Amino acid sequence: MDQQLEGSQAIARAVGLCRPQVISCYPITPQTHIVETLSAMVKDRRLPGCEFINVESEFSALSVLIGASAVGARTYTATASQGLLFMAEAVYNAAGLGLPLVMTIGNRAIGAPINIWNDHSDSMAMRDAGWIQLYASSNQEAVDLHIQAFRLAEELSCPVMVCVDGFVLTHAFERVRLPEQEEVDRFLPPYDPVQVLDPADPLSIGAMVGPEAFYEVRYLAHQKQLKALELIPQLQQEYEALTGRASGGLLHGYHHEDAELIMVALGSETGTLMDVVDELRGEGLRVGCIDLCAFRPFPYDALRELLQSARSIVSIEKNLSVGQGGVVAGNISRAVRGREVSIHTVIAGLGGRPVTRASVKQLIKRIFSEGELEEPYFLDLKRDVVDRELTRQHEKRRSGPVAENIIRDLALTGGARE
Amino acid sequence: MFQVRVHGRGGQGVVTAAEILSVAGFIEGKHTQAFPSFGSERMGAPVMAFCRLDQQPIRLREPVSRPDLVMVQDDSLLLHPGVLAGQGSDAWLILNTHARREDLQALPGLQSFRADRILTLPATEIGREHTGRPLPNAAMLGACTVLAELPDEAAVLRALEQKFPGESGRRNAAAARAGRLTVQEYL
Repeated sequence: MDQQLEGSQAIARAVGLCRPQVISCYPITPQTHIVETLSAMVKDRRLPGCEFINVESEFSALSVLIGASAVGARTYTATASQGLLFMAEAVYNAAGLGLPLVMTIGNRAIGAPINIWNDHSDSMAMRDAGWIQLYASSNQEAVDLHIQAFRLAEELSCPVMVCVDGFVLTHAFERVRLPEQEEVDRFLPPYDPVQVLDPADPLSIGAMVGPEAFYEVRYLAHQKQLKALELIPQLQQEYEALTGRASGGLLHGYHHEDAELIMVALGSETGTLMDVVDELRGEGLRVGCIDLCAFRPFPYDALRELLQSARSIVSIEKNLSVGQGGVVAGNISRAVRGREVSIHTVIAGLGGRPVTRASVKQLIKRIFSEGELEEPYFLDLKRDVVDRELTRQHEKRRSGPVAENIIRDLALTGGARE
Repeated sequence: MFQVRVHGRGGQGVVTAAEILSVAGFIEGKHTQAFPSFGSERMGAPVMAFCRLDQQPIRLREPVSRPDLVMVQDDSLLLHPGVLAGQGSDAWLILNTHARREDLQALPGLQSFRADRILTLPATEIGREHTGRPLPNAAMLGACTVLAELPDEAAVLRALEQKFPGESGRRNAAAARAGRLTVQEYL
């Protein structure tokens, strides 16, 4: 049955349908509504057999789950931004131990300067931690990805992050269809761990490993992720057969077949990009876009396939690797290695700056007419604001903190009103 | 697609207004999307929320910059830049104020609306009268239902009663009906 739900409510209910046994979360904007809902569901006994463990920090939340997962429980948590960084050590440990936790990231910028709005800096910072990372393009896909994530995690014994754009999705009300409990039960069997701490059959997990073995353990973790490249599409098909929805999979193409220029993006902005594709096609430009659902493991072959006709690729990224550019573009360039194709990196939407149709359209037209673009290109950067701050810094050594200077500058020039 | 931008202050139910419009649209079988633009989440601070309604699924995620309806829940926000901005020449304005439409000061922003597309109502008073609390939300939502592009009264009342079950829902529904009646005089 279709329902009109807030993204966070929909995600919490989807997690509930997966019959988690231990949930441990620490609230942080914009993930809070997910946690509140789940804790209420546990309290009201709507999740029988599930324990919600209150903790004092994100580090504890994930550490608790590592223990719970190791004794054979299906476990879930959610976080964002600084919360994810605070649990970073445990993030690596969960993956290194091969524990199939599922975690929602309500994607949010990382400070300083402190910012509660959406971008992908947080999950990107953990991209090499060994977790599978899936990005949701809509709340319907967020629902479906969570259900697929538990199955994927448990089949591979590898943790999965489901990345959902903060506010843009977590706080958006839209039409969502939740599967029936019996559909989810058919898709997701009870958790059968490949390793379990059991007093009746004692063993230890988490041994110290020297140079003689560490390397091979890491290699096997890499191979396991590569297996996900096969399993993710299989699970998508199985899920589609069950629910009729094509959510998930490695990636989705839109008008890419004959496109000269293809935009590649992750998460919710892909909806806006599809509208841009329609509008530009209406003006006769052969444009397409690709929504990368799986970012780790990176679907090199599948992406190479979909980028077949592109002479120009535009990676529109909600992250900035300071001093380098965009994280995704580098991965894309390996996917099209050996081909005559230009790759442009566009940094967009940092700290919640809206990624608008108008700006993306204008940019794509510019690439069509000029072919060139600064690398990386910062979409909708207020150049005048930047220049005034650079002037202040040039004029005076003790020019003050950048963030505060820019807030004051915007207030005085009226730029804050935009 | 019909796009709504709601302006108000933290605590007035700006986000809830957009949510209820989206649920009412959903009840009528439309595709709808509502989302907030949180600034600093404090009581009294300016808050904005958006709602889109369409017969097709909505993929667009950008904020509403060219609204077909601007709802302003607090007339002290009228001078706030960005409140009366960006709307098309046929856009509607529904404004919570004691002033009658014909008595409104000639604010530059107001002149960008067609005079017959400005609807005013004392929504805070209506809210106080029916719910006992000075909340303009339900009356404003009732006022919206006079626009053909937006969900009808029955759908909005149902959405309100879903959101606020029991006595509270009935009171909010009464405020919505009163809000609708007030602006109907203009049409």
